[in-house]
Amino acid sequence: MLSFVAQRAVKGVIVLLAIVVLNFFLIRLAPGDPAVVMAGEAGASDQVFVKQLREKFGLDKPLPEQLFIYVKGIVTLDLGFSFRQQEPVAKLILERLPATLLLTLTAFAISLMLGVLFGTFAARFAGTFLDTAITVFALIFYAMPIFWVALMGILLFSVTMDWLPSFGYETVGANLTGLAHVIDVAKHLVMPAMTLGLFFMATYTRMTRASMLEVQRLDFVKTARAKGLSDAVIQRRHVLRNALLPVVTLAGVHSGTLIGGAVITETVFAWPGIGRLMYDALLQRDYNLLLGVFVICSAMVLTFNLITDLVYRLVDPRIEFTT
Amino acid sequence: MPKRVLLGLLLACGLTAPGLAQEPKTGGAINVVIQPEPPGLMLAMVQNGPVQMVSGNIFEGLLRYSPKLEPLPELAESWSVSEDAKTYSFKLRKGVTWHDGKPFTAADVLFSIEMLKQTHARARNNLAQVDKVEAPDDYTVVFTLKQPFGPFLGIFEVGSMPMVPKHLYEGTDWKTNPYNNAPVGTGPFMFKEWQKGSFIRLVKNPNYYEKGKPYLDEIYWQVIPDAAARSVAYETGKVDVLPGGSVENFDVPRLSKLKDTCVTGAGWEFFSPLAWLWLNNRQGPLADKRVRQAVMFAIDRDFAKDVIWNGLGKVATGPSASTIKFYTDDVPKYPYDPAKAKALLKEAGYKGEKIRLLPLAYGETWQRWGEAVKQNLQDVGMNIETIATDVAGGNQKIGDWDYDIAFTYLYQYGDPALGVGRNYVSSAIAKGQVFNNVEGYSNPEIDKLFADGAVATPDSKRKEIYEKAQKILVEDVPVAWMLELQFPTITRCKVKNLITTGIGVNDGFKDAWLDK
Repeated sequence: MLSFVAQRAVKGVIVLLAIVVLNFFLIRLAPGDPAVVMAGEAGASDQVFVKQLREKFGLDKPLPEQLFIYVKGIVTLDLGFSFRQQEPVAKLILERLPATLLLTLTAFAISLMLGVLFGTFAARFAGTFLDTAITVFALIFYAMPIFWVALMGILLFSVTMDWLPSFGYETVGANLTGLAHVIDVAKHLVMPAMTLGLFFMATYTRMTRASMLEVQRLDFVKTARAKGLSDAVIQRRHVLRNALLPVVTLAGVHSGTLIGGAVITETVFAWPGIGRLMYDALLQRDYNLLLGVFVICSAMVLTFNLITDLVYRLVDPRIEFTT
Repeated sequence: MPKRVLLGLLLACGLTAPGLAQEPKTGGAINVVIQPEPPGLMLAMVQNGPVQMVSGNIFEGLLRYSPKLEPLPELAESWSVSEDAKTYSFKLRKGVTWHDGKPFTAADVLFSIEMLKQTHARARNNLAQVDKVEAPDDYTVVFTLKQPFGPFLGIFEVGSMPMVPKHLYEGTDWKTNPYNNAPVGTGPFMFKEWQKGSFIRLVKNPNYYEKGKPYLDEIYWQVIPDAAARSVAYETGKVDVLPGGSVENFDVPRLSKLKDTCVTGAGWEFFSPLAWLWLNNRQGPLADKRVRQAVMFAIDRDFAKDVIWNGLGKVATGPSASTIKFYTDDVPKYPYDPAKAKALLKEAGYKGEKIRLLPLAYGETWQRWGEAVKQNLQDVGMNIETIATDVAGGNQKIGDWDYDIAFTYLYQYGDPALGVGRNYVSSAIAKGQVFNNVEGYSNPEIDKLFADGAVATPDSKRKEIYEKAQKILVEDVPVAWMLELQFPTITRCKVKNLITTGIGVNDGFKDAWLDK
């Protein structure tokens, strides 16, 4: 298993470098120039100023040289300097990473737990009212855009009922500590995490239901019944466990999509994570910051995929680690 | 005492009069929306709206400006101008200290000017006429100009010329100076904390030179990126102030009706944001003056003001906003007249050539405006294709002159020499840059008028020159002027005296207090 992990890590680094090079050029293909953006915002855009900014950012150098400088930096774990915020990219990302991890991992946990739970119930009671209710419920959340769910959530739970805060990570100026602070952050987390989680929950519900119904028809389930095992044991030990493989696959794929969803969720709820950092960097053509976020996100996706492969083995011992 | 100084002091007293009617109370914190999050807080290094809105509390300039744009004392307590209008002497306030306790002196002013010439493009342009700056003593600064420069007394507000602490910046690499992220100024509030993506916290400067001020203990600037979420934050009582432009205009009437809510359009006199359409004068149908005039007649600007901007703002009459110096409305008029537009297009021989329109990617209101203009132009037979871009992409296209019609809005900085001429004189045509003469209009007469207007004395002479320039420009329609924008500031009524000058929310909240 160790050699499996090591080999996957090496491959991961190569993929990461490929992502860096590809994105380096892709970003520069988009029209827009960080120097012009900044000069424009300063209310003045004379030639001297734009030239000064380009020199400062190293944008006056030939493209291959810029790439070489960047890749050299990456290899030495230096993500460069943000043009706009005039701070090291790594510092900016690290400041924001915990908030994004808290949001996405909570959303991921909610979606997976509720999704598998609802999917199991729907499959167990297939064809009944409960099944229909769960399926429709899942379909609604699957069909609704994340930003819409977010805005409706704010309208209902913040404006109308005043139960939950509509924005931010914590109550600014309250200076809470200890448990009070944890509760405060949790209250702020509920809506963004649910918004992001509900969409993915819907997919897991549907996937679990379909997969379980398929497994229920297989011969070994009949054997289990013939052995006289209770229904609960059959569902849990035999059906669910075998039905989980496609759900785990989907969850691995979703690790990247979750971060994409976080961009919208973080923007609507003013959640101070890297999704928003990425969005702002994109609008402002802050190339280094944008690439830095891509590198970190890609590394996270690669790690999640590795974890998924390891979980496969746990779920289904027949799968062997081959490299 | 020179006449201008007296006037300045009187205005300063007059401005505080509303506060005197009700005795200001001390204490309390206010929550203000800031959007987008500033990229930094060192005003001398980064200049954009949000930076100034926060840093205008930390840093100060030599002067402030009244809503009528008359200079008021700030770090300079008085000033005088020589007879030949080439020497300006400023007497600095005594007893002013930086937030770290070091005294503020003329040496800081001299250093700031040298630094700003390298880091602040607008300041560099504003100081182009300055021959030398001297400090005969610690509290006097004398500017000697190469030639008289009419708008000179208008270049000293905090955003245009912030004072920088010499003792913290001299001999350092300005770009990476640690004080860029924990700025030290002389202003009424001091930097305390910045949680990136969440909030910026400023606290009262207990040693502020105006005794008793500031009244507030703290200001929290809340970063909320989504416009709808900003409205909700106000509705649910989480923020007290929505500075102009921080919510979509269509939300303004609804929010204005909320309990204990006060709305003001004041505080934009210095900036005077004016919206217009860049018209590419170089190529295609718009190279013909008649087609450009047709655009002016074809667009229903009253509709835009009343429906898209909810009645806020004013229909523009020409290149100058009515709030800046030497404005005149004695210029050719372009009422909404589709028939006349059609006739002009026919006369110009327009045959339905495609015209590309670039809306401004500043949110929903601008998008709607783009649609309305497209419809107006199509109604008179123009073949309009909308090109969707984000702000950066749009700027690049405009800077590369790769457009036919494009939305924009620009600040005018109180004087035609500072914020109007740059968009019409031929010397400001330079590819690759935005916000100069990107339309490619070139008229030697206009070049001369703006060159003369900047250096003419007295003001009556300048008035004559700029009025003539406005008439010529409005006849030629190098760009299609739309609206003098008004960005209303929405506050809880308990927040008093938030806006007291022509620079508004960008000028620091030293007069603001909470009626708890």
